[in-house]
Amino acid sequence: MKKYSFKLIFSSALLVAIVLSGLLAPLIAPYDPNAIDMSAKLQGFSCAHPLGTDALGRDMLSRALYGGRASILLGLSATALSMAFGLIVGMIGGYFGGAADAAAAVLANIFRGIPGTCFMVAIAGILGPGIPNLLLALFLTGWAGFSRIVRTETLRIREEGYVEGLKALGAGPFCLLGKHIFPNMLPRIIVLFTARAGRCVLSLASLSYLGLGVRPPAPDWSVMISDARLDYRSAPHLILVPGLCIFLLLFALNLLGDALRDQFDVKSGEVKEF
Amino acid sequence: MRPYLIRKLISLLPVLLGISLLAFVLGAMTPGNPAELALSRGGYEPTARQIAEMEEKMGLNEPRPMQYLQWAGRVLKGDLGTSYYSGNPVSRELMRRFPVTLKLAACSMALTVFLGIGLGTAAAARQGKLTDRIIGTVINIQLSLPAFWLALLMILLFAETLRWLPTSGNGGLRYMLMPSLVLSASGSAVTARLTRSALLEELGKQYCTAAMARGIGRWRLVVRNALPNAAVPVTAMLGNSLGGMLGGSIVVESVFALPGIGSYALTAVANRDYPALQGYVLLTGAVYVLSGLLADIIGMALNPRIRPEGKKV
Repeated sequence: MKKYSFKLIFSSALLVAIVLSGLLAPLIAPYDPNAIDMSAKLQGFSCAHPLGTDALGRDMLSRALYGGRASILLGLSATALSMAFGLIVGMIGGYFGGAADAAAAVLANIFRGIPGTCFMVAIAGILGPGIPNLLLALFLTGWAGFSRIVRTETLRIREEGYVEGLKALGAGPFCLLGKHIFPNMLPRIIVLFTARAGRCVLSLASLSYLGLGVRPPAPDWSVMISDARLDYRSAPHLILVPGLCIFLLLFALNLLGDALRDQFDVKSGEVKEF
Repeated sequence: MRPYLIRKLISLLPVLLGISLLAFVLGAMTPGNPAELALSRGGYEPTARQIAEMEEKMGLNEPRPMQYLQWAGRVLKGDLGTSYYSGNPVSRELMRRFPVTLKLAACSMALTVFLGIGLGTAAAARQGKLTDRIIGTVINIQLSLPAFWLALLMILLFAETLRWLPTSGNGGLRYMLMPSLVLSASGSAVTARLTRSALLEELGKQYCTAAMARGIGRWRLVVRNALPNAAVPVTAMLGNSLGGMLGGSIVVESVFALPGIGSYALTAVANRDYPALQGYVLLTGAVYVLSGLLADIIGMALNPRIRPEGKKV
């Protein structure tokens, strides 16, 4: 194993810190994130409120600590969901080929044919906002990209000598797929997962900002920014604090993806492009 | 080239068909009775009889596949239905707003090409050096900035504090500068990254080694020899990045109060105006697919060596 790079350690540490502060929010937050105190509204940084208060006098630090929980949880589960489906479709299609593969490819092309965010807004708009609909929107726009890459990878690995050899030894297709082809793709899959998770969190943030994702008064970073649209000119900390939080989360994810790519030495154009 | 184009067009047909099917299913999934929704504009409460007549008129009593065929037939004639909210034809409203989004997308695309290829080329030419590392970090920062936050920060800095640029609204190029910068942020980062890796791949090939052996300068080698060959994957990616721009334009148009199709879709969501949303999905899907085709054609023009599926063109 190669030595771990500074990038890898830095980004994982940042990510762990963000996730931990979200997990421990109920223990370390100084106030209830939704407690309204109109006498202390729009305050700057102070000892009582280290990151100030918003237009309703809610403590910004407490809200910022709670603010990542929904995005991280939803982003990761939506990515995992679309990845699992994309993996199955891509591996089976790539390995067996034939009519099912062609049908899956056409289906994936259709879903890739509609710009992701446009489709998400349409789904969230028609089905109404809400966690299950959000998951559905993220899943529907995410799986096709995975399945295409997994399919190409499966096609490539299927032709390798050791797969041929195992086949000659009598290995069945599902044993080959699960025990030999999948582990060989795993590094790429992990790189893809981090890249995609970042994008998922970003789309989720945009949807929440537009009022189609996580709904106010839930303490969420994007909701906090959206709430501050009237007051941010006089009180910039209202958008600086939550915005920096989203930025750090995404930056950690992107950097981690980069570092993992270097670590695993993934050179495929498909993965780079993603 | 022509047989390839025809094959490509034929392969796009199922995709376009699928997009229309998706848009139809989205419309069919709407909660509530479409006939009632269409009639109850402006707080009006239709009678049961009116609803029944409207159902008949809208063809809602037909089986779903029939409904789809009728709907698709109307779409092909350019009829996307009537907006529940304004009562105007959806196609007319979309077409009135489309130029604004198109202008925004064109400005962003120009910035994406300029910034993306510029940064990517500089990073490849100085591979492993400080410039390369700085550009790598800048790319990661660009990818990590949520568009709505970047937009608000820019308004805060350039419009509120420095007063250089107008906050929002539709007008000349001055009004387009901030929105298109925001919209091109992530696209130009992806382009820069791909340009860099495509260039490095080219630079590892023999013709580049040979050119270097003859003493050609690094910059000249990168720009004159490697860049044209690296342009093919980059153009394909640029075609794809238009999809991201169409999606991102929803956020950007909302923050900068631009009356394009993105803000139209948002209003449609707020008003539960389903035909408008359906039309929006159809339009963006079609534009996206066609832009992919255009990128393909440009890629072929840039590099005539591309032989589709190994056959002679």
